[in-house]
Amino acid sequence: MRQTGYKNIGITVYILLLLTPVYWLLNMSFKTNREILGGLTLWPQNFTFDNYAVIFTDPSWYNGYLNSMAYVSINVVITLLVALPAAYAFSRYKFLGDKHLFFWLLSNRMAPPAVFLLPFFQLYSSIGLFDTHIAVALAHCLFNVPLAVWILEGFMKGVPREYDEMAYIDGYSFPKFFIKVFLPMIRSGIGVTAFFAFMFSWVELLLARTLTSVDAQPIGAIMTRTIGASGIDWGVLAAAGVLTIIPGLLVIWFVRNHVAKGFALGRV
Amino acid sequence: MDKIPDNRAWWLVLPVFLLVAFSALIPLMTVVNYSVQDIFGPGQAYYVGTEWFKEVLTDERLQASLVRQFAFSGAVLLIQIPLGIGVALMMPKSGIKGSLCLILVAIPLLIPWNVVGTIWQIFARGDIGLFGWAINQAGIDYNYTGDTVDAWLTVLLMDVWHWTPLVALLCYSGLRAIPEAFYQAAEIDRASKWAVFRYIQLPRLKSVLIIAVLLRFMDSFMIYIEPFVLTGGGPGSSTTFLSQTLTTMAIGQFDLGRAAAFSLIYFLIVLLISWLFFTAITHADKEK
Repeated sequence: MRQTGYKNIGITVYILLLLTPVYWLLNMSFKTNREILGGLTLWPQNFTFDNYAVIFTDPSWYNGYLNSMAYVSINVVITLLVALPAAYAFSRYKFLGDKHLFFWLLSNRMAPPAVFLLPFFQLYSSIGLFDTHIAVALAHCLFNVPLAVWILEGFMKGVPREYDEMAYIDGYSFPKFFIKVFLPMIRSGIGVTAFFAFMFSWVELLLARTLTSVDAQPIGAIMTRTIGASGIDWGVLAAAGVLTIIPGLLVIWFVRNHVAKGFALGRV
Repeated sequence: MDKIPDNRAWWLVLPVFLLVAFSALIPLMTVVNYSVQDIFGPGQAYYVGTEWFKEVLTDERLQASLVRQFAFSGAVLLIQIPLGIGVALMMPKSGIKGSLCLILVAIPLLIPWNVVGTIWQIFARGDIGLFGWAINQAGIDYNYTGDTVDAWLTVLLMDVWHWTPLVALLCYSGLRAIPEAFYQAAEIDRASKWAVFRYIQLPRLKSVLIIAVLLRFMDSFMIYIEPFVLTGGGPGSSTTFLSQTLTTMAIGQFDLGRAAAFSLIYFLIVLLISWLFFTAITHADKEK
């Protein structure tokens, strides 16, 4: 099996290269600022947890994580709730303007964010939602809902319509069929969609920063505070960066089998 | 599968329609409104018609950043798509090793974009960053804050690092959906590795690849936070991509009319190219 041997070496090298920058961040987060700026060291000489202590003891720091997690969770729930029925409609029915609607939904991922920030700010301020978790969650729906509909529709197309018809003959009403029969069949699709919704909402910063000031400020915006009068506090910045990776790791651990089963199940 | 014509399906789509319309149409209309006015401050706006559009189309700074943007997005697609396919082909097909690879490969995708910028800002530094230090040790003069070529390559490398995993994950799931029988048939025919790839794997990857190309094109065309944190657009304006030019214009100089007019043109460019891809998808679906 020489072929497999080459493959294993290839993928190992790729993953090592991929992880080096992450290791460098991790490495830095355990160093003191003097050591970071003093020169290049491959691992911490004076191992310290001080940088993490700063984050875990200061509410203005750890609230950033809680805020981010709050709006991301709300966003994932809203996204799934509205996208599931819509994806079902797109996968099963032909209706007036369906193709145009689908493309219009997708086109919302393409709007350049830079200039739309100000109108977003005005819109959410005018309805009194500025600086709330729900505002960020709603704004993130703009790019997450279209993607969710797209992914779910692919999975739903893979389920033959005979299942729907059999359920009706057995006397299931539509909501009962949808929840009891249909959703369990596309579990993987829901897992993958939740993962993507989580991911894009978690990493987005521009909208989240624009729509919040204090009470719902995401961690990404708080990180810019480390730039103080005495320069950048690299150690704390690195520690904060490392902590932003952890929630994502937990989420992908839970959905790993679903992702492996095929994101594009219905389309391939 | 044949779809049943039924306009009542609109009721199922309505929540999505209302939700997206709320966040999309109102801001879009506001931008259209900006683009035809000259705004000096609150309550001091004058209707100027299509003047901004005319001005923007001949603005050299914008044209330069548009060219940079196309070069960048082109390079991104040319590198990331083949590399992503390659990585997906090398990943173990199943078992604990497969899961582990999947998780490790996905890590860059889960890092907030400003943190990605921060990571590379340090990692590529010549004095305290491993990458910059290693390149300098190898005898190559490298300094991403001073040299325009180095800066451009660093932004590109960062994007490849950050987003190739997305292409790889998509292709991996596409490959997993190919039935084992296809490979067995190829083995009976004594097909070469290349033939298996060319005639079995690649055609079955077509639709995931279109998703990958579409997502990568749209996102690389709107790249903002990562280069902003890494290089701040410099040195000079060598890594100032479209989004950043726009943001400087809209917020830095408060030149709202011009920025709005340009972002509409920008939006149309992305829309047009994406529409071409989208037509390709639906066309591919029809062929089957």
